[in-house]
Amino acid sequence: MRYERPETIGDATALLASAKGRAFVLAGGTDLLVRMKSDAFEADMVVDIKAVAGMSDISETADGFEIGAAVPCAALGEHAGLVAAWPGVVEAANLIGSTQIQGRCTMSGNLCNASPAADSVPALVAAGARVRIAGPDGTRIVPVEDVPQAPGKTTLKKGEFIAAILLPKPAQRSGDAYLRFTPRTEMDIAVVGVGVQLALDAKGVVETARVALGAVGPKVVLAEQAADTIIGTALDDAALEALAEACSAASNPIDDKRGTAAFRKHVAGVLARRAAKIAYERAGGK
Amino acid sequence: MASVSVSTTLNTDEVEFLCQADETLLDVLRNRLGLMGAKEGCGTGDCGACSVIMDGRVVCSCLVLGAEAQGKTIETIEGMAQGSELHPLQKKFIEHAALQCGVCTPGFLMAAKALLDANPSPTEEEIRFWLAGNLCRCTGYDKIVRAVADAAAEMRGEAS
Ligand SMILES: Cc1cc2nc3c(=O)[nH]c(=O)nc-3n(C[C@H](O)[C@H](O)[C@H](O)COP(=O)(O)OP(=O)(O)OC[C@H]3O[C@@H](n4cnc5c(N)ncnc54)[C@H](O)[C@@H]3O)c2cc1C
Ligand code: FES
Ligand code: FES
Repeated sequence: MRYERPETIGDATALLASAKGRAFVLAGGTDLLVRMKSDAFEADMVVDIKAVAGMSDISETADGFEIGAAVPCAALGEHAGLVAAWPGVVEAANLIGSTQIQGRCTMSGNLCNASPAADSVPALVAAGARVRIAGPDGTRIVPVEDVPQAPGKTTLKKGEFIAAILLPKPAQRSGDAYLRFTPRTEMDIAVVGVGVQLALDAKGVVETARVALGAVGPKVVLAEQAADTIIGTALDDAALEALAEACSAASNPIDDKRGTAAFRKHVAGVLARRAAKIAYERAGGK
Repeated sequence: MASVSVSTTLNTDEVEFLCQADETLLDVLRNRLGLMGAKEGCGTGDCGACSVIMDGRVVCSCLVLGAEAQGKTIETIEGMAQGSELHPLQKKFIEHAALQCGVCTPGFLMAAKALLDANPSPTEEEIRFWLAGNLCRCTGYDKIVRAVADAAAEMRGEAS
């Protein structure tokens, strides 16, 4: 195996594109190094992107925030502007692992590892985040939900990697939230995770909403019908009930040691209701 | 496999080493540099026994490649005491009997040091959350949490 540490995006994509066998991007390594230790794993090259210019920066732009692919999740929670604008996204990212993991793990790695239970992904999808993908033929920008394809598989092509996550500027009177269910409070994998983002009109009626579900299918679910149930409401009990039902219906989970499918469907509804309430309060609704 | 040549700052010393591309920082510290303080409890990021501080952040050295140490500043337990003068955290761990077998101790001390560097007066809850990635099979955690709180108080100049 070769270890490479390119300093430009061009060099990184060239290395990834020219790799003969399997090449892996290395961000925080909290998934990749665990995998590297298993006997079944084979890599010919690891391309560490942390020295690539700009990869470790969080910048506020005219359109919102640009988060470099190598920014560790701990740094998200230390960025006051980002916490104020996207508290749900930051909370989701800060749920990953322990203090030690936080110092290394990235949202881009969380996304590209393509685990259905990745915590930051439903929050990013709810927020309407996009990624900037760099590749041998230039860059393209795609919605976060288009990156994972199936467990452990992404839609990135050979030579491509995520250079940055782009979060929009939050709308007026908007808020977001992410909640997960885990048997333990720390250091556990989500049995279900739900991200909600909504914006209100001046009277406190939900104008737009996005709801995303994690760990209830092979990849993150953007639950558009669930979001529709709360649009036009002031998030009264009937709306919350409809939201919960729609989220359960949108879930297509499996039974495994972490929980049964029936339990997951139920919990998806419960968490959606609670996350929606938090997002509503953050948006200034009463 | 290609060897990688790495220069890094380790406990204020400039250090150079050669390692394999897939070798972890933990293995480099223990097997090449003779620093046995960081322990391998799990090798998968779950136990924190391998904790070191890299550029100011506490990390699991079992999930860092040796090659990634290039140009970084690494602090390990071996650099914690100043000569024969123990760090306040080390003294308080002894005073509070916050260790039994000691396998987890270097990791707890490095994680706790990173906490107090960032937050000189953590609450008990903050201490417990910060140290959630460090496992101890012996002490039951209570004495560790008290030792950290007491060390923090001493470092703030408050009498305990
Ligand atoms: C103890 C422990 C606890 C954990 N707890 C959680 C948890 O609670 N919730 C959770 O969701 N996850 C958890 N994880 C998993 C992991 O920490 C996260 O998925 C993390 O966000 C991965 O980010 P990374 O930067 O470390 O990724 P890496 O390990 O560097 O990479 C992960 C994968 O993505 C690819 N990749 C990385 N960056 C890019 C990029 N920019 N472009 C293209 N491909 C890329 C890599 O090649 C690799 O295949 C835990 C892991 C450990 C070890
Ligand atoms: S040995 Fe690194 S976390 Fe357990
Ligand atoms: S003292 Fe034995 S594991 Fe902590």
